[in-house]
Amino acid sequence: MTTLLPEKDRGGGPGAHEEAGQEAYQEAFDAAIAADERIEPRDWMPDAYRATLVRQIAQHAHSEIIGMQPEANWITRAPSLRRKAILMAKVQDEAGHGLYLYSAAETLGVGRDELLDKLHSGRQKYSSIFNYPTLTWADVGAIGWLVDGAAITNQVPLCRCSYGPYARAMVRVCKEESFHQRQGYELLLALSRGTEAQHAMAQDAVDRWWWPSLMMFGPPDDASKHSAQSMAWKIKRHSNDELRQRFVDICVPQAESLGLTLPDPLLRWNEERGHYDFGPIDWSEFHEVLRGNGPCNEQRLDRRRRAHEQGAWVREAAAAYARKHGEQDGDGRTAA
Amino acid sequence: MSAPRTAVLALGDDALVLSHRLGEWAGNAPVLEEEVALANIALDLLGQARTLLSMAGDEDELAYLREERAFTNVQLVEQPNGDFAHTIARQLYFSTYQELLYERLADGGTGDTELTALAAKAVKEVAYHRDHAEHWTLRLGDGTEVSHSRMRDALDGLWRYTGELFRPVEGLDVDWAGLDEEWARRITTVLERATLTVPGGPRSSPWAAGAGRQGVHTEPFGRMLAEMQHLHRSHPGASW
Amino acid sequence: MTTSEWPLWEVFVRSRRGLSHTHAGSLHAPDAEMALRNARDLYTRRSEGVSIWVVPSSAITASSPDERDPFFEPAADKPYRHPTFYEVPEGVQHL
Repeated sequence: MTTLLPEKDRGGGPGAHEEAGQEAYQEAFDAAIAADERIEPRDWMPDAYRATLVRQIAQHAHSEIIGMQPEANWITRAPSLRRKAILMAKVQDEAGHGLYLYSAAETLGVGRDELLDKLHSGRQKYSSIFNYPTLTWADVGAIGWLVDGAAITNQVPLCRCSYGPYARAMVRVCKEESFHQRQGYELLLALSRGTEAQHAMAQDAVDRWWWPSLMMFGPPDDASKHSAQSMAWKIKRHSNDELRQRFVDICVPQAESLGLTLPDPLLRWNEERGHYDFGPIDWSEFHEVLRGNGPCNEQRLDRRRRAHEQGAWVREAAAAYARKHGEQDGDGRTAA
Repeated sequence: MSAPRTAVLALGDDALVLSHRLGEWAGNAPVLEEEVALANIALDLLGQARTLLSMAGDEDELAYLREERAFTNVQLVEQPNGDFAHTIARQLYFSTYQELLYERLADGGTGDTELTALAAKAVKEVAYHRDHAEHWTLRLGDGTEVSHSRMRDALDGLWRYTGELFRPVEGLDVDWAGLDEEWARRITTVLERATLTVPGGPRSSPWAAGAGRQGVHTEPFGRMLAEMQHLHRSHPGASW
Repeated sequence: MTTSEWPLWEVFVRSRRGLSHTHAGSLHAPDAEMALRNARDLYTRRSEGVSIWVVPSSAITASSPDERDPFFEPAADKPYRHPTFYEVPEGVQHL
């Protein structure tokens, strides 16, 4: 019997299994995946599976946290109190989602400090979409509709991901995110049906966010280096291109109802495929942003680092207080 | 009897302005758990502000189209966030006051049913805000040397804005002197537990006593309003 | 633990009266009081709960997956613990 402490603090980590027949463990793992069972934290798992999950969950968590910034940029300028409340609640949810995801990552034996450190030093990524600036109020709507829409398309299948804690975190996230996309759509609808200036603001935002949203699904299948293994492990359930197509098919009629156009002259219904065809994606832009040359890469990371550094004395104070007082100041109530 | 306008505006502006200041923390909190906590408090306050302002008119017109001199919030809530200690000191001073005031209003200190109902709902929210501020005051005061001195500086710096809290608000039938006494007693208890001392300076400068309630504010407030109102004012008559 | 890293806590939430507390997730907090408050803010902000427990993750002792067979399999061959094991003549009610 062992405690729930992260792997690194435990006596019997994966190493303990080595003598006991790696093959038997691998077989049990493969059988569980094949039977669509969930892998749970203390189960044996291949090192590469663990590493893939840590990378993906961390990147996902970082995206939620960095993703607070472009929207928080408009909290203090929201044009009505109703919109302000919605936006604050949404940005708060993103912090919450980051926390759920860090918590899922911790079940794999990596501490949050370690993950944040990797984010701050640029060794782990976050979604490139958040390296674009929010220039007008309509961008808040475009992020809700398109960016959250793309995220939800990606995330819904993750609720069935083979790793239990990740799947459970995603169930919670998806449940809470359902309002995010709607508020964005509603915001854009109000602008589109509003004054001429408001309509133009909405169209401009959609023009700027459409292509970056399509890039959120990642490189095309034939160029995606992690996809095949992730699909085999049932971490991923659909390919990048499949999800991208699904997203385009959903968005086209929604754009029509909004009274806004999508900035792609090649976008048209293909009767034969039963899908919308769309124009080529500029992957050079994607790779530039990924390399750190997007409009806001530096700004986002700087702000994150600054918040963390400026908060250090607060975290230290609370830790020092806890050490001084032990549990004697606790409420002393027992669970019942 | 409808809610006394001066009273609902004063209370509504307090909540609106403090909520705005707390909203500025989004993405900047010292730890992720605190992002969620501060946003919860900001959302509670924004909800209170919307209810209160709606009792006096259209919430957005009141929030976005009044000039600085027409706002009647106390100066304490408009003070910039500063470091986390300043925000906590502001929270401690204000939420302790707001809880005591709303307790009295919930007991019918207004003679107005709408306001009584708001106070009864808000007092539970505010009790949690006060609890949050107290827990952090203890941890910063009795944490490290650095946190202790930051907390002391923050409490001292904001002390001069606390006298205004107890200036009578027209339309609220409250024993303001008694409120002040109880507030001072509670603040003293918390600060002593936190190994801090109650600041000694004057609680309101002679030229500014009660100034916020009369529409006289501090310089940072104008910039805060400029940011808050600019988009709304740039599109006259638009709906959002 | 570095001076600033807060310990991990497991959070259990009772969603409504009459139900058991269920594991909701984890969070970091410097001590139990703050853990309880962080849990309230994080896991019940949509009215998901009426009661919360927080437990230091290090205080939980768990059965290991390696012990799954000795722990749980012996229970699988005792069908007489379940009511469906027993035959009841047709027409007999309230049994």
